Order: sequence, then C-alpha cells, then structure tokens
Amino acid sequence: MEALAAARWRVAIALTIAMMVVYFGFILLVAFDKPLLGMQVADGLSLGMLLGALVILSAWVLMWIYVRWANTHYDAAIRGMRR
Amino acid sequence: MSSALGEPNAITIGWFLVFIVLSLGITVWASRKTRTADQFYSAGRSVTALQNGLALAGDYMSAARFLGIAGLVALSGFDGLIYSVGFLVGWPIVMFLIAEPLRNLGRYTFTDVVAFRLRQVPIRIAASVGSLAVVSFYLIAQMVGAGNLIRLLFGIPYEAAVMIVGGVMLAYVLFGGMIATTWVQIVKAVLLLAGASILALLVLARFSFNPLALFAEAASMYGANVLAPGRLVSDPLDAVSLGLALMLGTAGLPHILMRFYTVPDARTARTSVGYATAFIGFFYLLTFILGFGAMVIIGREAITTFDAGGNMAAPLLAEGVGGTPLLGFIAAVAFATILAVVAGLTLSGAATLSHDLWVNVIRRGHADEREQLVVARGATIVLAVLSILLGITFKGQNVAYMVGLAFAIAASANFPALVLSIFWSRLTTAGAQASMLVGTASTVALIVLSPTIQMDILGNSAAWFPLRNPGLVTIPLSFIVAVGVSLLQPVPLEEQKFHAAERRLHLGVESG
Repeated sequence: MEALAAARWRVAIALTIAMMVVYFGFILLVAFDKPLLGMQVADGLSLGMLLGALVILSAWVLMWIYVRWANTHYDAAIRGMRR
Repeated sequence: MSSALGEPNAITIGWFLVFIVLSLGITVWASRKTRTADQFYSAGRSVTALQNGLALAGDYMSAARFLGIAGLVALSGFDGLIYSVGFLVGWPIVMFLIAEPLRNLGRYTFTDVVAFRLRQVPIRIAASVGSLAVVSFYLIAQMVGAGNLIRLLFGIPYEAAVMIVGGVMLAYVLFGGMIATTWVQIVKAVLLLAGASILALLVLARFSFNPLALFAEAASMYGANVLAPGRLVSDPLDAVSLGLALMLGTAGLPHILMRFYTVPDARTARTSVGYATAFIGFFYLLTFILGFGAMVIIGREAITTFDAGGNMAAPLLAEGVGGTPLLGFIAAVAFATILAVVAGLTLSGAATLSHDLWVNVIRRGHADEREQLVVARGATIVLAVLSILLGITFKGQNVAYMVGLAFAIAASANFPALVLSIFWSRLTTAGAQASMLVGTASTVALIVLSPTIQMDILGNSAAWFPLRNPGLVTIPLSFIVAVGVSLLQPVPLEEQKFHAAERRLHLGVESG
C-alpha cells in the first residue's frame, strides 16, 4: 500500500510540474517577448498562436499519459490488493 | 448595421420556449427519481464517464466565457487565447491531484474529504465560509451577466430576465436535484458544442476550410498585430498571478468538485475529466475561430456598436452567416447556458448549507433521510432567492472581476486545504482551518486593495496592492499557514487516521 501511494504521488506530482512548466513558460514568453510570439511562422499563423495551441495539446497528452498509467499499473495494483 | 438582435422575433422566442419546456420536462422526469439525499446531491452516483465529462464541460463553458472570449478575440485577436489556455490547464491538475481521492473519500461536498480524518465541526465551518464566498461571487457575476445578456439578446428588461433565470432554475433544482441539474447541463453542453461547431464550419466555408486563410485575412484587414500578444498581459507578475489562480482555482470550485460524486467509482471520475478536457479544449479552439470570424465577417466597429465589450460578437456572427434562425438558436443556447451554470452553483451552495452546516455542524451528523431532503430543498430556495436579490442589487455594476475573485478564493481557500488533506499526513484540524480562513480573508482583502477596486471602480489614482489578481501572494500564504500551524501543534491521533484514510483513498468505500 505504501509503495503504491508513493508511486501515485510521484506520477501526480511529476505530471503537475510538467503542466505548470509548459503553461507558465507560455505565459512568461507572452509577458517578456511579444515580438518573438508575433513572428509569423506561416502566412496567418504566428508563433504565439502555434504555441498556445500546443499548450492545449500538451494538456491532452499529459492527461493521456496519466490515464494510461492509471488504467494499466494503478488499477491492476488496486485489484490485486482487493483480493 | 441592422440586426434582429435584441428585438423579440418569433424564431428567437420559439427557441427560447423550447429550452424552457425541455428543461422543465427533464425536471418532471428527474423529480420521480429524486427521493433520497443521495439522489438529490449526487444523482444516485449513476452518471457515466461521458455524461459526467459533458456535464463538467457544461459547468465550465458558461455564457460569459462563450460570448466573452469570442468577443475578446474579435476585438483584440491573440489575447483571447491567453484566457482560453489559462482556463483549460486547470483540468489536468484536477485529474492528477483531486478527482479520484475526492470520489473515494467524500459523499456530497469536497469538505467531506478535508473533514475525513480531522475534527468535523471546525473544518466544516471554515470550509463553508470559503465555499459560500466562491459560490456567492460566482453567482453575482452570472446573474448580472444573465440580466445584461438576456436584455441584449431578447430585449427583455433586466429585472425580468434575472427573475426568469432564478425562477426556472429554482424549479428544476428544487424538484429535480442533481439528476435534473446534470441532464440540463448535458443537453446544453451538446447544443453549445453543436452550435459553435456549425458556426465555425459556416465561417471556415468562406475560407476554403483553412483557418490560416481566415487569420491571414484578419491580419490584412487590421494589421499583423491581431496575431501577436497585445496589451492584455503587460505586467508579468500579474500574468503569472492570474495564471496561478485560474489553474489552481479550477481544482477548488465547489460546483465542479461536487460532480465527482455523481459517478460510481474513481476510475469513472478519472475518465470523465479526460472527456471534459477534450470538450473544453475543442470548445476554446472553436471560440478562437468564431472570434476571428466575427472580426473579419462582421467587423470590429459593428460589434462594438451593439456592446462595447464585444459580448455580441458570436450572436452577430451567427446572424451574419446563418440568418435569423441561427441567431435565435445561438441566443437561446446562451440562455440555456446561463440557466444551467446558475443551477449548478445553487445546488453546490445548497449542499454546503444543508449537508455541511445543518447536518454535520448543527445536528452533529444525526439527521434522517427525510430531514436531509427537506433541509436541502429549503437551502435551495434560500439560495435561489438570494441569487435573484444579488442580481438585482448589482445591476449596472462592473462585476467582471468577480469571476476572477471566485477563482482566487477557490485557489487560495479551498485548494491548499484539500490537497494537503489528501497528500500530507501531518495536516491538523487547526492547520486546515487557519489555512481556509486566511485564504478567504486575504484574497478578499487584497482584491479590495487592488487596482481593480481602488482605481477602476472607486476611481482612486493609486492602489495599495499592485496586483489585480492576488493569487501569487494568497496561494503560497495559505499553504504556509496550513503547514506552519500543523507543525507547531502536531496531533498524533489525526496523523494515525491518515493511514486509514489512505487505504480508503485508493480502494474506495465498498472494500475499505
């Protein structure tokens, strides 16, 4: 039980920190380097818009990683403990 | 520019009536299934992951956010994206830290989790202060928004609009409880996503389904600045502070947290957050398209003649690309959205008043099923009347900052105590209590001293506190208070109970 609690804690904290780094990285870029984000990487698409969309995408990816971990490792360990 | 907006017409009123009849129909059906406190507060814990995902997304996609962010994008381009991203990134945090422990440890409110291994009475009282503050500020923002929007959309007077929203909402929360609140939210979420998708497709059809062509057209009409960060984020500290409050506040909103009790188990809770995040992210991407669509197709000047804040951008766009029928549909969906969000807030406020304060503080946990239901319904009536009164009292006032305030209190008062009670064995009753009270009080105090109130509302030339959002100060403060007070006076008994709680946190109630 303690090993499982520690594992869950580690995964949750690691993913939370990853999300915070991505999001606050984006916010700080917006705050400190506006010209960079205004640069157009394609006609009609600025770097800022691309990165903003990537933040949303990274939220989905991080959740997908967590759900996969929880559905396979965590749930299996819980089932084992119930028996 | 001429528009049918704000003039009562048959199609708009028809859609409006369809929604009212539909939600009352759901209420009649739900009322037959609402016989126990479990059914009233948590829909009998029978909601599926997809349903709960839609309901969570619905709670989060309020009319103010749909119309407001589309308007912000239409008027300032890129800056609207900053808000959208901030509102979305709280959801992974909810999933990683909160959803499953909440489902396994609590019954009806998030306070159940904090109080689980601590002393009931002081925790319930302190948590109720934070919860009710969040619910009240959120309700004020929603009711004032409702009055204004319905006046703009349908031409109904402000007071009448507030009373219609309060009255219809009361009917379905009172009789249908969480079952009706959930289903109205699901229906509305589907309609809102469908309406926004149709609108976005109609816009993109004019640009050969290439969003970049739309953005490029906007840039050629209004300059490349619309694609770059503008004035919204000028002070980095303020931006980080707002970002922190949006991110962690989501994980402390009582009406969102309450939805995790409507699902049968932790795994379903987890999956439902995944669905909710997918829907909300998709919705914000659509809103971005709609904002740029309105900027190009309707034009900024025309949008600001109807509402200086840009709130009418999406309805005007609907009329521009789909005529009066689509305008009527989008307006009615916005109305349904207001109704559903207000209902969710009222139900969570009622749960705090009746479950936390009446049953667990006044009656010390000894109340039978009948009494719990009677008190829950009484609390619903009190909150509905209160929300109508608040809506009328704050008429004509700038209440936009109140949603930010609600998020800041949720992040500073509710989130730290909730997370520490789940993850930190040495948290004590006094620590959690102090953290929640200091979190609420410091947030309210710093908002009152901030430029928002001092300069924008009171018209003073300077403010005592530099940040518009206090999260950067109050969230760490609340954590420090909780940890400091707990370490100063350790309570070994409460620490021992943590291990029992941890077992239940992982295994759930049934097999604990």
